[in-house]
Amino acid sequence: MAEIGSFALLLALALSVYSFLAGIVALAFQNRPSSQLAGGTAGGRIASREESSVITTLRQGSERIGETARRAGIATFAAVLLASFVLVICAFRDDFSIAYILHHSNRDLPGPYKFAVLWSGQEGSLLFWSLLLSAYGFVLRLRYKADPRLFAYASVVLSGVQIFFLLLLNFAAHPFAIVQGTIPADGNGLNPLLQYPEMVIHPPMLYLGYVGFTIPFAFALGALIMKYPGEKWIHITRRWTMVTWAFLTCGVFLGAHWAYSVLGWGGYWGWDPVENASLMPWLTGTAFLHSVMMQEKRGMLKMWNMWLVFATFWLAILGTFLTRSGIISSVHAFAQSSIGDWFAWFLVITLVVFVFFFFKNKSHLRSEHKLESLVSRESSFLFNNLLFVLLCFTVLWGTWFPKISELVQGNKVTVGAPFYNRVAIPVALLLLILTAVGPLLAWRKTSLESLKRNFMWPAIGAIAIAIFLMITPQSWGSAFGLKPWKDISYLYSLMAIALSVLVTLTVASEFYRGGRVISKHTGQGMFASMVQLIHRNTRRYGGYIVHFGVVVVIIGFAGAAFNLDKEQEMGYGDKMTIGPYTLICRSYTDDDAPNYASEWAVLDVYKGGKQIDTMTPVRRFYKASRQTSTMPDIRSTLNEDLYIVFEGLNQDNGHPILKAHLNALVMWIWMGVWIMLIGTVLALIPNAPAPVRVPAPARLEPAHAGRAVTGD
Amino acid sequence: MSGPWCRVLEPHPRPETQELRPDVMKNPNSKKMPGQRIRRSAHILLLCAAIFALLGASDPATRFNEIGHQMMCICGCNQILLECNHVGCPASDGMRNELMASVTRGDSDSLVEQGFVQKYGPTVLAAPTTRGFDRAAYIIPFVALILGFGLIVLVIRTWKNRPVPAIADGLHPVRGIELEQFRDQARKDTDL
Repeated sequence: MAEIGSFALLLALALSVYSFLAGIVALAFQNRPSSQLAGGTAGGRIASREESSVITTLRQGSERIGETARRAGIATFAAVLLASFVLVICAFRDDFSIAYILHHSNRDLPGPYKFAVLWSGQEGSLLFWSLLLSAYGFVLRLRYKADPRLFAYASVVLSGVQIFFLLLLNFAAHPFAIVQGTIPADGNGLNPLLQYPEMVIHPPMLYLGYVGFTIPFAFALGALIMKYPGEKWIHITRRWTMVTWAFLTCGVFLGAHWAYSVLGWGGYWGWDPVENASLMPWLTGTAFLHSVMMQEKRGMLKMWNMWLVFATFWLAILGTFLTRSGIISSVHAFAQSSIGDWFAWFLVITLVVFVFFFFKNKSHLRSEHKLESLVSRESSFLFNNLLFVLLCFTVLWGTWFPKISELVQGNKVTVGAPFYNRVAIPVALLLLILTAVGPLLAWRKTSLESLKRNFMWPAIGAIAIAIFLMITPQSWGSAFGLKPWKDISYLYSLMAIALSVLVTLTVASEFYRGGRVISKHTGQGMFASMVQLIHRNTRRYGGYIVHFGVVVVIIGFAGAAFNLDKEQEMGYGDKMTIGPYTLICRSYTDDDAPNYASEWAVLDVYKGGKQIDTMTPVRRFYKASRQTSTMPDIRSTLNEDLYIVFEGLNQDNGHPILKAHLNALVMWIWMGVWIMLIGTVLALIPNAPAPVRVPAPARLEPAHAGRAVTGD
Repeated sequence: MSGPWCRVLEPHPRPETQELRPDVMKNPNSKKMPGQRIRRSAHILLLCAAIFALLGASDPATRFNEIGHQMMCICGCNQILLECNHVGCPASDGMRNELMASVTRGDSDSLVEQGFVQKYGPTVLAAPTTRGFDRAAYIIPFVALILGFGLIVLVIRTWKNRPVPAIADGLHPVRGIELEQFRDQARKDTDL
């Protein structure tokens, strides 16, 4: 089997190289003026019949070469798919002669995790990356008829990126490397932290996001090289970017949910370099999705958009470089190796190529910018982009600062959550203000009067909610009785919640205003009018739904200020009280399964003197890898999560040591993500055709009558 | 509590302008000088800020919690000290006990931090300090923010001041109220 996989990878590399070179040759011939194609003899005079024939033949030849390049790109997908399929088959067949399978699987590993072995280690995840890239390329090359030339350029860029990953797979991180010497009877097993249902879907989503940003980059670079006329490329790119952005959003938050559900420290985001690496392209991608509207509607920010697309792609690769090189210490150290050098060179090469073509052809991107007012949607997008890019820069700065500090002052420092809370939260709050104001601003110019009119009620609502949260008693729940003067985190939380309410009300008022107009014209009910409203401009109203999802997520983040935790050793019948909950240890025991041994506690949960649940936090010992992992038990409500971790046993008396966390509003984060995804899907649906207006006879008659009177 | 907040709470000498303006002193409702109002507002703001900060000065348990969340466990788990959840962790229990002892002794925050840095190295702090080169960690993002804002304002002003492109003869650009009416009409017709 390993031979088939290795052969498939070599074949994929050969096909990619062919697709790249043949694509360049074809485009070079297609781009040459007729005079050059005819050997320079035609210079200035009308070409003879023979020369015309030569030109036609060469052009047809180059088209045929281009077609073979496209097909080679499609065939690359088949070859990489075969290699991936072989690796998965090997995992299911427990073929421990392959080093990758030996190190990342074992006989008793459940089926879904054997499938997930494909992306659980260095070599497999690179193969998976390559597979997704070739799959995206496959779709792109099938849809080439939308604009054959632009797609041909994008295809060449994609092939270039594909070659890099296939070179890595063939020469630096081979997934089919054979074990030397005696083949062990069983494998080392999968990292216990990865043995969790979400790990079967989190990496594919994240990789779909990372890899997907290659497509907008390929189109952008292609458009830049060919000096693409018009904005069609940006329309094509925007849809790809939205799909990719949705995948990355999903991947980032699945990762957060996995960290929350598995790592057992009660949090979902630790500002680890690898987490930051996934956040950075998300931030620039989000900035691009906003600024692209400026280019579509007003033909502005062409250069800026080009850089944003490139930065997003580059940061996605940089993230992989951080994960793999070990240059920055991270808890995600399972995939460190020397391939960091390969990534560093690839980053340099892509930067050089992009900068070269940017400066060569930047005159093509010039546009005549004209703003009528500071109070306009254009301005809000500029500030929005500044804040997104600044947030990205802050994350990048914080991620690299330990290294910079080491270079400058000779010692490393830690840059953890307190740094990001201090620096990133104020910027995020500014962004939230813009999210509230932005939709109320019209293109070109908004009168202050109309802004005041549309903004006043949402602002009053937000202030009222803030006051309400401050004056209500704390016993009502985690987010009530907020005294911002007690702690800066309370102040931030209160501001975040109030601004979230502001955004929600502005979004709701936009829906209401639009719905009311449709309802007035069509006589439909408000709900049906709003559905029609969304369908008429899916992008705009889908976008508003995404904004609403974001504020729901922000409210969830704001809850972190009210978290509580408590650690206690609990024997039979022992009690622990945390917030409104009382936990009583009913039992503790252990169990044995083929893949792992486990210890767990049984806790009755009481609230207000009434039993409401029984919880069973578990700690597992994985036999193959000889590592332990916690499986916290989480009881989620809208108000808070009761999160219990089985930390271990007291070696003296055998009592379990449990840690209980009361995490406020966490469920809002996951709900917000769903709303964001629904909004994105809605924004991808094509708009309903504009209604055809037929003048009603009743309205025409008076008009005719009027004309008759006035003699018109 | 030491630091700039103490200076704020010191009584301020009566401003000389009030001596020179008996009418202002006699009638509190009379119109005040703008400079005086700004100064008074600034004093009130500073006082509020001082009260805000002093309210944060709290009991040992709160201080333990606050400082404990500013430090890292050094066992390699990369977790905040008070969030390290390893039973039998070789580091966190001892570190927590040390922290509790320091807080109970009444050591200032900076003294506790210095003690930990001397013992465990600078990576024990969960965030860069606000001294020396570490300050750059905090300054640079805000400098970038200010520069970015300045740049955008400059860009907007430049774009705004660009001349309106010339239009063909015989056509007159619509301006003022008429333009606003057209705008409103267009928004009503298309803003769905």
